[in-house]
Amino acid sequence: MAGITGKDAALTAYANALATEAPKGRSLTQDALRRLFNNKAALVSIFVLTAIVLFALVGPYFLPWAYDKIDWAGIRKPPDWAKGHYFGTDQNGRDMLARTLQGTQMSLLVAGVATFVSVVIGILYGAIAGYFGGKIDAVMMRFVDIMYALPYILFVIILVVIFGRSPVLLFVGIGCLEWLTMARIVRGQTLSIKQREFIEAAKAGGAGPFTIIFRHIVPNLTGPVVIYATLTIPEIIITESFLSYLGLGVQEPQTSLGTLISFGAPVAEALPWMLFTPAAILVTMLLCLSYLGDGLRDALDPKDR
Amino acid sequence: MFGYALRRVLTAIPIVLITITVCFFILRLAPGGPFDGERALPPDVMKNLRAHYNLDQPLISQYFIYLGGVFRGDFGPSMVMEDFSVSRLISIGLPFTLMLGFSAFVVGTVAGMIAGAVAAVQQNKWPDYLLVAIVLIGIIIPNFLMANLVQLFFGVYLRWLPVGGYQPGSIAHLVLPVLILSLPHGGRVARLVRGSMIEVLGTNYVRTARSKGLGTRLILARHALKPALLPVVSYLGPGLSYLLTGSLVVEQVFALPGIGKYFISAALNRDYGLVLGTTILYVFIILALNLIVDVLYAWLDPKVRYR
Repeated sequence: MAGITGKDAALTAYANALATEAPKGRSLTQDALRRLFNNKAALVSIFVLTAIVLFALVGPYFLPWAYDKIDWAGIRKPPDWAKGHYFGTDQNGRDMLARTLQGTQMSLLVAGVATFVSVVIGILYGAIAGYFGGKIDAVMMRFVDIMYALPYILFVIILVVIFGRSPVLLFVGIGCLEWLTMARIVRGQTLSIKQREFIEAAKAGGAGPFTIIFRHIVPNLTGPVVIYATLTIPEIIITESFLSYLGLGVQEPQTSLGTLISFGAPVAEALPWMLFTPAAILVTMLLCLSYLGDGLRDALDPKDR
Repeated sequence: MFGYALRRVLTAIPIVLITITVCFFILRLAPGGPFDGERALPPDVMKNLRAHYNLDQPLISQYFIYLGGVFRGDFGPSMVMEDFSVSRLISIGLPFTLMLGFSAFVVGTVAGMIAGAVAAVQQNKWPDYLLVAIVLIGIIIPNFLMANLVQLFFGVYLRWLPVGGYQPGSIAHLVLPVLILSLPHGGRVARLVRGSMIEVLGTNYVRTARSKGLGTRLILARHALKPALLPVVSYLGPGLSYLLTGSLVVEQVFALPGIGKYFISAALNRDYGLVLGTTILYVFIILALNLIVDVLYAWLDPKVRYR
């Protein structure tokens, strides 16, 4: 029966609605996505990053010049739209845009593989240390503290010296040394998750420690892992381009953004496009990744604001 | 307090030993060596070379020979620069690297603290926005790119400062390297100080000081500055690591005579003796400085328990 006042009417309408259709809830993911899309800087960053990634992957097929093809008529030439050298050519007559796109591909590949390696190691290490606790935890975390104090770039360089300049080993080597922060964060989260009731229920149900870690703890770590993986990617891009800049990374005719910058820097006065094309892409990517990481942190971890 | 410092020193010693051991064996077991040239050397020459560098002995006795040398301050011979021992190269390069690192450390820390405090006091006004933008640029643009850009701008286009190289006693040659090295460090310090200063300015005791009628400057100097600077002290440890990585780049880009340059060229030439020596030295410096920072922190912050 409809009530007399406006309040009663609203409540009745609500009750009717509840009776006829189930209320629509929002999942945690939807909530996080909504917060992320409300953040303008993060949204713009997503668009720019997607554009760069797509362009780096697809662009080379539409360019008139391949990254290792030499245009004998156009050596050291500034941008020339008629010939298809949209960002000029280098000292060997190779198209700068094609080379930059190839370099971006390489940097993205390194970042992807190395981040994956570091995330896997970080989760395993952190979850095991946090779950078992006690002496195991103390020893494992003491090791992380020590590694933290040592400048890891030295070890990356030693690894590169030993294993030669193979890009695959470079990825794995960087990944193997970049997992420390991830391990710390995962351990902290694991310590609080393992006190919860559902872990106790799993234990009561007879699940072994590794089943609990992989089935019950790791899936609950998604939020922090995604945030810190996003923040690890720019670190790895910087490390890779740093090594390549010093001549210890990716080798010719393959190229990466760091290699391109190191070749462009000495001739930047006469051939500025050789420095500024890769530099602009690198800085844009790093800036966007940093904004995206901040946006994800705000979206997935609202209590941390 | 003294016991805490002593215990930290004692835990640092095994770390140095483990680092030496791991690096030594990894480098010795690696395929290829400094004598693998384009043309194979005659076997007799190779034999003499290997005997000269003790490479013909069993690995384990090579290790102890090396370890004994390190304790006496002798890092063995450089395998590519034949006339120099590693210790000699280090003694040439180290003073410069330390001077560069120390200048950048002081400039970055002081400038970062001042900038962070100013930004916190002027929160959400133009000095704050300006600072946040500069900090973002300083942290995001990688060191090597920034070094090249300032070199190009101030050295080549404007011709205000030398592009690179070093003459003893010349300050102009040091301006750009120190700027590049201190920018990311100062940026991180400024970010930390800004955050903690905003927090401190919101605390009850600052409000009490304000309601007593104290001026902003007095509150800052007497009540807010000290607690706001504490997080910086704990950042200085990792910050030193960043500075070291940065000095590798800066010495390379500006062609400066420090150990970073030797380290990079040794890595490119597979000069194992020099790589090992410089790595040990870097680890030792970093651990020693971290130790000082930790003891300093324990002394400054009574909340830190030093069991």
